[in-house]
Amino acid sequence: MRLIVTYLIGLVFGVGISISGMANPAKVLNFFDFAGSWDPSLIFVMGGALVTTFVGYRLVLGRKAPVFDVRYHLPTRADLDVRLIGGSAVFGVGWGISGFCPGGALPALGTGRWEVFAFTGAMLVGIAVARVMQRLPLATGQRVNS
Amino acid sequence: METVFTPWQSLAGGVLIGTAAVFLMLTLGRIMGATGILSGVIWPGGPGDRGWRAALLAGMVTGPLVVFAATGRMPEIEVPAATPVFVVGGIIVGIGVSYGSGCTSGHGVCGMARLSKRSILATVTFMIATAATVYLRRHVMGG
Repeated sequence: MRLIVTYLIGLVFGVGISISGMANPAKVLNFFDFAGSWDPSLIFVMGGALVTTFVGYRLVLGRKAPVFDVRYHLPTRADLDVRLIGGSAVFGVGWGISGFCPGGALPALGTGRWEVFAFTGAMLVGIAVARVMQRLPLATGQRVNS
Repeated sequence: METVFTPWQSLAGGVLIGTAAVFLMLTLGRIMGATGILSGVIWPGGPGDRGWRAALLAGMVTGPLVVFAATGRMPEIEVPAATPVFVVGGIIVGIGVSYGSGCTSGHGVCGMARLSKRSILATVTFMIATAATVYLRRHVMGG
């Protein structure tokens, strides 16, 4: 039951990414190209997602616990460190080069396009490199906010 | 390369993305972050860490197929970069999201919706870096 519900949530996310345009690097890059072929569509993606999540989280987090768990797994770190800023800046450079962010690329794997698999493979190489460099487990829900 | 402005479609997509994030919090109490979901499937942090992420990932990948079944068209994917450049971009994204603890979905949507200072700082930082990179590649380097 829990896994079926989770699968359906992933499906809603995947359909959302697909119709929003976030799975299309050309569209994503045009959003950032204010000086050229600007396409403001992604403001609507971010706006729609943010307002929905902002309101929804307020309703959900008022409950004692989630349906299938005893507690919420929310990031607790509050420090604004160099690693956060530097990592985010590096991510932005990669996003600006490729036009794919992880949330855009994962659903796009379903199109079967080899470019998406190449990107996702390369991204995993990058994550593996960072894991070795940091020698820290990255994938625990407590530490990774994304 | 011009793309068509799609405000309503993009807004609907955004609302669906937000809906998925809200329901993941309601059911599993988890943040909807693509980086953590992918790396957690491959490098699980502990027992019970992999299953739900794999289910979520399977759902995401089915998304385009459902769109195809409903409309008869796969979501458009145009890659305006040479393959080696695109792959290098992927490696850089992987390193960045690891150090930055998140990406557009985790920081940009979920974290910002929680008004997390870390996520707001991360989002502002990567938006500026992305815009600067696009500007340099398209208008300075002439790529």
